[in-house]
Amino acid sequence: MPEVQIRKRLLMVEEIFHEGGPVASPPLRRAGALVVIRNPYSGGYVEKIDGFMDDLKPLGLEMAQSLVTALGGNPKSVEGYGKGAIVGSAGELEHGALWHVPGGYAMREVLGGAKAIVASTKKVGGPGTRLDVPITHINASYVRSHFDAMEVGITDAPRADEILLALVMTTGPRVHARVGGLKASEIRGEDGLR
Amino acid sequence: MNAEMRAAHPVAKIRKIATFVEETHTEMGRKIAPPTRRAAAVAVIANPYAGQYVEDLSELISIGEQLGELLTQRAVHALGIAGPSAESYGKAAAVGENGELEHAAAILHPKLGTPVRRVLGKGAALIPSSKKRGGLGVVLDIPLGHKDAAFVRSHFDGMEVRIHDAPRADEIMVAIAVTDSGRPLARVGGLTKEQIKGEDGLR
Repeated sequence: MPEVQIRKRLLMVEEIFHEGGPVASPPLRRAGALVVIRNPYSGGYVEKIDGFMDDLKPLGLEMAQSLVTALGGNPKSVEGYGKGAIVGSAGELEHGALWHVPGGYAMREVLGGAKAIVASTKKVGGPGTRLDVPITHINASYVRSHFDAMEVGITDAPRADEILLALVMTTGPRVHARVGGLKASEIRGEDGLR
Repeated sequence: MNAEMRAAHPVAKIRKIATFVEETHTEMGRKIAPPTRRAAAVAVIANPYAGQYVEDLSELISIGEQLGELLTQRAVHALGIAGPSAESYGKAAAVGENGELEHAAAILHPKLGTPVRRVLGKGAALIPSSKKRGGLGVVLDIPLGHKDAAFVRSHFDGMEVRIHDAPRADEIMVAIAVTDSGRPLARVGGLTKEQIKGEDGLR
């Protein structure tokens, strides 16, 4: 089993007070945890790669926990989440897909059993590539006020033989959400959708 | 507050604050232990002078003083260190398209440094800075230098920050970066931090 080799981490936190409208109190907070690892499969086609998902689980948990800490330490204050990956140029998109299970599992675990599928995106790109990580409500994907995204990236990553892994969490709806749809207060919480 | 009071004690109208903490664990396969760490705190504020020429920039000068304290505290807190443990620092600002470069200068230069140094305990060296005017998502490269001796070569560095939705035309983005270390695997000689005399801010 390949070892997870970390080159660098970046933790980013955004606090949004307003966007031209009433000032939110408390402000909306979004946090992103990014980790740059060596891609054990870069440089050639490897058929069997799925074992690496298990190797990534401890890292996923650590990243999810760092987000909760960055957002104030209480898992109950987290309302939205998302995940993503950028694969360096000597890898393939499928290597980014290795992050679905460990990244999603980690956030559900740390948040105490969130119900909604974790929105995600991924791509192959060079150093400095930006990724718009989609965000939805942790218990009901259709909550319209929580549809959001956080742009992440690192100037010098991913290099060709690296993968940049990302998890994001938010503490609430868009700062001036007002376009209707299912509200967080109306969640039935049975199917992860509504 | 009436206009006169506002001029005496202007408060930055902050739309958002972003913090970034970066840790480097390896370079070229070599382990870096402990990892080098740096943090930046960035505020996006309303530009009170957007869209007009104003001769007296004292409101922004005062806002610079306020942000010097707030952003340095945020950066130090993000690193999880005591202020005096910081090793290098830097500052930068990006003015939205309806402002002028001098607005960045008003924030950065007259009064921002004193509270930065208060939070960090010392800071004999000049705080290296950069500024520009730009649109949303503009990249700021914050220059970094050792806080007590500008000639410490291992600590010459820079940290890139950007916020995809800032600065809007009538906004200013203000950034302060603080580190607890120099470059990873620094090895091009020059003055080392152990050799700092710390008298003139240079060596």
